[in-house]
Amino acid sequence: MAVKAPDRIMVPLPSHSIVPIEDMHKPPVLQTHQLGIDFGGLTAVNNLNLAIGPTEICGLIGPNGAGKTTVFNLLTNVYQPTRGTILLDGYDTKGKSCDQVSKMGIARTFQNIRLFGKMSVMDNVKIGMHNQLHTNFVSSITHGFGYKQTEKQAYDKAKELLDFFGMADLRHHEAGSLPYGAQRRLEIVRALATNPHILLLDEPAAGMNPSETAELMENIRRIRDEFQIAIMLIEHDMNLVMGICEGICVLNYGEIIAKGTPAEIKANPKVIEAYLGKKAE
Amino acid sequence: MKKTKLRKSTVNNLITYAIVALFYIVVTVMVATGNATRHMQSLLVPICVNVTLAVSLNLVIGFLGELSLGHAAFMSIGAYTGGLLSIFMKNMFPNLPVMVRFPLSMLAGGIVGAMFGALVCVVVLRLKGDYLAIVTLAFGEILRSIIINLDFTGGPSGLKGVPQDASFTYGIILVFLTLFVINNLAKSKHGRAIQALRDNTIAATSVGINATKYKLMVFALAAFFAGMAGVLYSHNYSIINAGTFDYNKSIEILVMVVLGGIGSVRGSVIAGALIAVIPEMLRSLQDYRMLIYAIVLIVMMLGTSNEKLKLLIAKYSPVQFVKNTLAAKKVKKEEK
Amino acid sequence: MNFLSNLISGLSLGSIYALIALGYTMVYGIAKMLNFAHGDVIMVGAFTVIVAANSMGLPVVACVGLSVIVCVVMGVLIERIAYKPLRSSPPLSVLITAIGVSYFLQSLALLIFGSTQKSFPKIITMEPMHFGELTINGESIMTLAVTFVIMIGLTLFINKTKIGKAMRAVSEDRDAAELMGISVNRTITITFAIGSALASVAGVFFGATYGFIGPYSGSMPGIKAFVAAVFGGIGSIPGAMLGGILLGVIENLAKAYISTELSDAIVFGVLVLVLCLKPTGLLGKKINEKV
Repeated sequence: MAVKAPDRIMVPLPSHSIVPIEDMHKPPVLQTHQLGIDFGGLTAVNNLNLAIGPTEICGLIGPNGAGKTTVFNLLTNVYQPTRGTILLDGYDTKGKSCDQVSKMGIARTFQNIRLFGKMSVMDNVKIGMHNQLHTNFVSSITHGFGYKQTEKQAYDKAKELLDFFGMADLRHHEAGSLPYGAQRRLEIVRALATNPHILLLDEPAAGMNPSETAELMENIRRIRDEFQIAIMLIEHDMNLVMGICEGICVLNYGEIIAKGTPAEIKANPKVIEAYLGKKAE
Repeated sequence: MKKTKLRKSTVNNLITYAIVALFYIVVTVMVATGNATRHMQSLLVPICVNVTLAVSLNLVIGFLGELSLGHAAFMSIGAYTGGLLSIFMKNMFPNLPVMVRFPLSMLAGGIVGAMFGALVCVVVLRLKGDYLAIVTLAFGEILRSIIINLDFTGGPSGLKGVPQDASFTYGIILVFLTLFVINNLAKSKHGRAIQALRDNTIAATSVGINATKYKLMVFALAAFFAGMAGVLYSHNYSIINAGTFDYNKSIEILVMVVLGGIGSVRGSVIAGALIAVIPEMLRSLQDYRMLIYAIVLIVMMLGTSNEKLKLLIAKYSPVQFVKNTLAAKKVKKEEK
Repeated sequence: MNFLSNLISGLSLGSIYALIALGYTMVYGIAKMLNFAHGDVIMVGAFTVIVAANSMGLPVVACVGLSVIVCVVMGVLIERIAYKPLRSSPPLSVLITAIGVSYFLQSLALLIFGSTQKSFPKIITMEPMHFGELTINGESIMTLAVTFVIMIGLTLFINKTKIGKAMRAVSEDRDAAELMGISVNRTITITFAIGSALASVAGVFFGATYGFIGPYSGSMPGIKAFVAAVFGGIGSIPGAMLGGILLGVIENLAKAYISTELSDAIVFGVLVLVLCLKPTGLLGKKINEKV
């Protein structure tokens, strides 16, 4: 089913996160306007205004339970927002299903790894390429009518992507049996295989040791440079966040309490308060 | 780290095809040389019916990971559609050869079955697991009540006079077709999407897989083959009764899938054939058939969580026995 | 008057469904599984009464008591042998096992008692009551009265006792309950015991109302009671009561005013309709998968 493309809406940006210089004069890839969701009377996210440049690396931080993953779930339409708008490349995602939003150019990883555990690494990546493979049903059940060429292309492209992360040798292994770090990497590869404009990473460094984290930081930069896409990440590892993010957005109790460059965020008293609590008077 | 048998799967499929072909050749030779008893010959079409049913149900259980308890209903749709169409064609065009009439009925049975499968799927779209299973069961029961209450289906006394067009050759063709489609599907974009939905629905939709579309595809395809199996069934016995296609029949198909191993196409082939043959061979066990089915279901499932039991099953399961024997024969041939 | 008497027999049938549905809903709420074999416990309960009354000549109260004991022991055994090892297995395996257990009980009964239905002893000897033209038979009155008492007792048990609290805690969050020192295994066992006891009582009333019991007598009421549990909202005890009673009334009225042959189809139609329109049932809560 083709996603019907409505007219591009260009809302005047309500507020910017810090957009890198090269993105300054380009329209943002992702914008949210007054986004919010309630769960049975409880407001989980409220008044969320974000704008992310086409090649920006942006961090979403905040204490546990601040609503960070909920924001991701809203952006990928796992939850339908109670109020507000999400514009992806200027197109409203209201009422779209998860798979349609994915086709519009948003990809994500999950906090608790969600791979297709019983399938091979290669198949996991090929599944990520699902919407780029134009095999029809007849060709699928007969293995004719261009099946071989499409599969070959898929294989080559998947191998190339895996190579980018040094995982090509693992391609015939079962995804569920990979070591933890490799599983996290594979999830990123799978998300990239959907050919996104923006990639959402939910705690990519969770459970990693410092050297693995350093490698991850390097990889995130490489992804941005090579694929020219925006990346938004949720992370608790402040070295990583401060090290690679151009803009940071701090969430507490579902609302943005601060936005700015890493240096600004580090010095912001509201952020310090949210993380450490108020000083006793 | 486990290496998947990705490359081996093509070989695997070839072995399955070889088993079916070998079976066909051996039986045909036996029939031609007069070595097959009437009783044996009467089992040939039911074997094909069972294998088709088991393989198609495995598509739902093994590949999509959902339990359908209405597979017998899909079969009944095919049996009645094909049967009625054949009776109609026989009366209207008495000169139409069986070679034309029967495949047409098969196709009609399959298509109507698929439509019904899609209809059921539309209703259960938002459901999964236990709920989905119970709704498919409910659908089967509703359908059975309706068939019994209609006039043109013959009502409670059943549909009579279906031409006995079915033969072993048609049966084997159907089995081959089913295997070909399902094995190919498994190794394609569509098949991968289906398995992705099984392994992790949320992740699958997050990479752009349309859950609705693929669920519909699986149900329609499984019902298509179940419908064709139904046509084969009705044209083998000439009388069909709605009571045959009840919940117990669905469970019998489930037993085949479970015995053969969920997700294993070749296992379904072997188990389907065994369940057609064994009860007939061991008449003395007839009374215990249901009890044995029950034990098969329980023990096979307990085996998935218990390593010791798993080993025991691997050692004594009849399907494993057949698999091992076939493998041993293959090794011998290679040695020669 | 005819409508009223249909309504009352519907209520009585509905009470039986409600008793069975309670077992489904409690097990579903606490063990998160569909105990497919639950319906067949009714059959076992009814057969126990037949054996106890006809072969052993026990008095009525002892018959019912024995039936409850047999069912409870069996329910607990089934849980221990077949379901407990699969606690962490995929739901599909558990469901298939439960179907296997259901089949096992049916085929065992078939081997022991044969396929012909056995007549159920007349254990309820209450006189029918007359209100003008309306006559209510003793079985209906007894069923309604006992179900009413059991439901009040069960509600008090769940809400007031320590075990009841443990059951509610396990159904809310199994891991958290375990961390609070509640034995999950024990709670699940107790749930199965209570569910089986209720099913055996339902079996007695079912036998008394219909007069005959065969190996497959439990499966249809079992499935319908599950429909009732879904109708009322699975996991909800008041929901199971409401769903059971409504379903009984619907079935009886459908039998009386639409068609006897299609009444089953109508009952299942209700299930399909409920799941399409409100999958959580009348009183159920929505459960979201955490992403």
